[in-house]
Amino acid sequence: MADVRIQGVAKRYGDRAVLADLDLVIPDGECFTLLGPSGCGKTVLLRLVAGFETPAAGRISLGEVIVADAADGTMVPPNERGIGMVFQDYAVWPHMTVADNVAYPLKLARVPVEDLRRRTQAAVEMVGLKGMETRLPSELSGGQQQRVALARALVSEPRLLLLDEPLNNLDANLREEMRFEIKSLQKTLGVTVFYVTHDQEIALGISDRVAVMDAKGRLRQIGTPEEIYERPADAFVFGFLGLANFLPVRRDASGWRVGADGPAWTEAPPDLGDETLFAGFRPSDVILSREGEGLAGTVIRASFLGAMMDYLIDVGGTSIRAALNSHDCLDKGLMFAEGEACRVGLAAFHWFPHTSLEDAQ
Amino acid sequence: MTAAVNRGSRVGTSQILLGLSIAILVIVVAVPVLLIFLNAFWVDGAFNVADVVKVLREPDTYQALVNSLILASGVTVTGTIVGTFFAWLVTRTDLPFKGTMKVLFLVPFMLPSFIGALAWKMLLSPRSGYINRMFMDVFGLDGPVFDIYTYGGIILVETMYLFPFVFIQVAGALERMDPTLEESARISGANLFTITRRITIPLVMPSILSGSLLIMLYSMAHFGTVAVLGIEAGIYNIPTLIYEKIHQSAGSFASIRTGTVLATVLVITAAFILWLQNRVLSRGKYQIIAGKSFRPTQLKLRGLRVPLLLFCIAYIGFTIVLPTATIFMVGALKTYGLPFTAENMTFYNYKFILFEWQLTKDAIWNSISLGLAAAAITMFAGVIISYVIVKMKVRGKGILEFLGMLPFSVPGSVIALGVILAWSGKYGVNLYNTVWIILVAYIARYMAFSLKANSAALEQVHDSLVEAARASGATMWQALRDVVVPLVRPGMVAAFFLIFLPALRELTVSVMLYGPTTRTIGVAIYTLSEDGETVYSAALAGIALVIIVFGESVIKRLFKVGRKG
Amino acid sequence: MAYIELEDVTKRFGVVTAVDRLNLSIEQGECVAMLGPSGCGKTTTLRMFAGFEDLDGGEIRVGKRIISSKKTHYYLPPEDRNFGMVFQAFAVWPHLTVYENVAFPLQIRKLPKAEVQARAEEALKHTNLFHVRDSSPEDLSGGGKQRVALARALAIRPDVMLLDEPLSSLDPHFREEMRFEIKDLQRRFNHSILYVTHDQSEAMALSDRILVMRLGVVQQVGTPLEIYGAPANRFVFEFIGLSSFLQVALRDGRMEVGGASYAPPLPPPAELVVQGGAWLAARPNEIAFTAEGGVRATVLRKAFLGEVMDYRVAVGDAEVRVQTSRRDPGPAVGEACGLVFERPRWYPLAE
Repeated sequence: MADVRIQGVAKRYGDRAVLADLDLVIPDGECFTLLGPSGCGKTVLLRLVAGFETPAAGRISLGEVIVADAADGTMVPPNERGIGMVFQDYAVWPHMTVADNVAYPLKLARVPVEDLRRRTQAAVEMVGLKGMETRLPSELSGGQQQRVALARALVSEPRLLLLDEPLNNLDANLREEMRFEIKSLQKTLGVTVFYVTHDQEIALGISDRVAVMDAKGRLRQIGTPEEIYERPADAFVFGFLGLANFLPVRRDASGWRVGADGPAWTEAPPDLGDETLFAGFRPSDVILSREGEGLAGTVIRASFLGAMMDYLIDVGGTSIRAALNSHDCLDKGLMFAEGEACRVGLAAFHWFPHTSLEDAQ
Repeated sequence: MTAAVNRGSRVGTSQILLGLSIAILVIVVAVPVLLIFLNAFWVDGAFNVADVVKVLREPDTYQALVNSLILASGVTVTGTIVGTFFAWLVTRTDLPFKGTMKVLFLVPFMLPSFIGALAWKMLLSPRSGYINRMFMDVFGLDGPVFDIYTYGGIILVETMYLFPFVFIQVAGALERMDPTLEESARISGANLFTITRRITIPLVMPSILSGSLLIMLYSMAHFGTVAVLGIEAGIYNIPTLIYEKIHQSAGSFASIRTGTVLATVLVITAAFILWLQNRVLSRGKYQIIAGKSFRPTQLKLRGLRVPLLLFCIAYIGFTIVLPTATIFMVGALKTYGLPFTAENMTFYNYKFILFEWQLTKDAIWNSISLGLAAAAITMFAGVIISYVIVKMKVRGKGILEFLGMLPFSVPGSVIALGVILAWSGKYGVNLYNTVWIILVAYIARYMAFSLKANSAALEQVHDSLVEAARASGATMWQALRDVVVPLVRPGMVAAFFLIFLPALRELTVSVMLYGPTTRTIGVAIYTLSEDGETVYSAALAGIALVIIVFGESVIKRLFKVGRKG
Repeated sequence: MAYIELEDVTKRFGVVTAVDRLNLSIEQGECVAMLGPSGCGKTTTLRMFAGFEDLDGGEIRVGKRIISSKKTHYYLPPEDRNFGMVFQAFAVWPHLTVYENVAFPLQIRKLPKAEVQARAEEALKHTNLFHVRDSSPEDLSGGGKQRVALARALAIRPDVMLLDEPLSSLDPHFREEMRFEIKDLQRRFNHSILYVTHDQSEAMALSDRILVMRLGVVQQVGTPLEIYGAPANRFVFEFIGLSSFLQVALRDGRMEVGGASYAPPLPPPAELVVQGGAWLAARPNEIAFTAEGGVRATVLRKAFLGEVMDYRVAVGDAEVRVQTSRRDPGPAVGEACGLVFERPRWYPLAE
């Protein structure tokens, strides 16, 4: 069993509380991602699990073993936790060859030479670096170095693999390739993965479950990628996972309308006890037309970006972004010029209370 | 609490290392400096400033202060001009053979300036200097063309050996500078002259200033050139006067007091200059290094190309080749003063010095063994101290960081005086007149080099490299052994040679500490010259030059190979 | 005659031809983006235009005046061209304040003091920098520095604006903001702009026309819509946006791929039919799944990326990328499916 249990964990640096009373359980064999803005404390949590930081309160256990407990001072050092870890800056040792890097954890574990050689070779081949065993890291590209780091982290068959923004320094294509590879390695090996990133696309693409953390180190939502994306718990989660529009909808004497004196909103929102609510939606949720149904708006800016048309539209005093397929726009005569009037329909949206929006920004 | 127990071993190790580091720096650097301050300000059990002022007002002390200031300012101005000009020439113009010129302009860094001073003494001393004599004999001039025993002479010679401080900084800044900073000025309508004046020079000003402050620091604390060229004409600066006081008056209380007061002035001045340099560098920390590298616009020298090349060659010939050749030639003369003709020359002098004369043989042996010992000890001490400063999170590090700054601002003559005060038996240990006192002083003098090289190497070892080892199952010691030490090794090797080579030619410290059997190469060259044994002095200097040049080229090769691997 | 003319402009570095007989006309007030991968010669072209590089062939004219000519060996020095230029690494002078940076080119022109101040302040206002005019540019963000560079270029009322990857050094979210600011300024002052970038969406959003370059050779010149809708060759297609390619054999009016034969989604051009094979090219969002029919494929992997569902599917030995909207449920990994090419394009195999 290599489930990770984090119970009531807190961490402070001087007077600054980074994490407070945090609970989290990662079941055995899951690919779990902690997603949050930079500086939110997500890396601190990872380092607490790794054993590079000591919790100020709470308890962390890996499987049956309590590895850190602030109450009785238990603190198992990182080298005894049975983990594999990959760092953002690769951290492959520049004075060792690929094979030496990968073999190092086995050497420390005093694995017999024959066994060591076989397992090292298997790990090197697993990450697609066969034939490069004798190269030094300086002779490898960034992506290859990250593969070495991955092989090194997996070679001793750890119970838990910790990944700290491992794809940040790679270019877009490589990032995508590595994302698939990490995912498929995780599936084949059945290792528990704890992945930390600020990139929502990676988090959605790789995880069984995602936890979203806000800038103050609080967990806002935990769920599958689809749940997080399609049923956000609050405006912060919605805003963090992609470009988001928030349209204020206000009740006045005649009913509901957009902004102070914008177009009328026909369907009454759910009763959240607020006079002003926000309708949140993605630019791709916008259905644009020249006339007919929908909220009246004016195109402020039109940019052709290739596959997409990017419109900035004023609706009742609020600017919203709309992303439309360029071909559809061309076919349906929806190439708006700046200043033209349009109608805005919504394929989907979420209601957020007034308060939820404030901490979204 | 188990927390304390679990973390206990780690905290213990860090504290041992911290304690060890502090102890090294305290014993080697802090105690001698403190003793100097004590001797200067603490008279008969009371703090005393009036006496210090009195000492400073004595005519010879006052004159030495003024001289130091005059010489240092003069060298700083000329060195900055020369260094900046040549740096600009080899980086921003189409001067032919720029690469070679750049290497040649750095050669003076290698050469010990007091040997240069000796050469210039042979060439330009008012009565017997070869050049002066030639002019007097051939053109029938009444007096010397140029008298080297003057302020001007000293400034000239020091400039030749110190200008590379500015040259290396400014050339580096000009090379790394983002060329679009100048191109954007051009497209804004400015011509090359305006760009140089309003963009380029202001941008490299921090580098120029920091280089000139280094020249100032060195010149203030410089012993050799002034000792060789100044004493004849009665020109003393602070280090030479300290030497005079301690050495000639056999350590009387009054002379030691004068010495400590002068040393205090020197330490304070050095600290001030370093502080100033730090400020200049931090304020001028422009992000002028960037992006795509197109070659910067080069000024086409056109008609001036060849004349300027000839000027550079003449400069190098005059400042490097001529003095070096003089040393070797004089070293081969049968008797000093004879003309350089075949029948007057012999290799016997060199043979005598290397194999027969106990005094010089001792000196060579002393210098090599002292250099090796000092380099090895300082290298290891430097690694430990740098590791604590750069990598460890441990309480009380602030004290160590402060102590770590000390070696940088304590000039050689101050260290020498300090170790005399500390190790002459007054506190139970008497090392005076042994090699050990020189060794202790060398360690203090070169600690700064070791700290610099080792911390630079350690900064390169990112924390994640160590953490990756820990996550792989390594204990702290295993991580240190398998990751940190191998990665810092180049820095350690660099530190070793950065200490060994200068130690071979050291004069300032050794000249104040040597005893009858503990002469070093530098001391032997200097005293032989003072005793009128000019020929042997030159021959030994020649041998020293050969060893130094050989050593430098070995290191260069070593590092090239090291970098490839 | 157009306002700006580049005629047979050529540049060689040793044996490498960095720019090969480039021809381009730019009208007054037009913004043309030079787009291509690094090393394609776009920056070299810009630097020749600015006067930092001599020509190895051809001529450059602005407003009927020759500014660079290989024939007559005439090169107007950069400082006399009256161009405004913005560099990738900002190139603002750190030892001067924001105001002094912007005033510098005006002072060089020896304008009266009052005018220097008026014009510098005007440029600072246009770029929203007036409130930080006495700061050091070092204290500004990347976007702030690039605005200083823009203001400095605007202040001289340049005949042409040259922008060399002006957004590449900025953080992604600043990049979009600055893009719109540049666009606004261009509209206001009606400058002729030559814009160098490797980012296709930047080129699309900002320019009236795009010139696509590769290895020193112009591949296509056209409006953003033309470049996106009708790429002249496989390189342009691949460089503009995501792409998928299938190598197909063309025989008897049918196309063969992955061991099966299909009716082509669109009749291929006759010359490719003669060659017997072609690349079938499509954008990932222009390929739809169908349960029955279509080009038969198997789903290799699938990732939920939020806005889109990203698929890699196998057609025979080849891999094709398909993206569907998040609202269209597609097949699962390992499932067999059909691909419908909605907007196929054909390119010769030789490319």
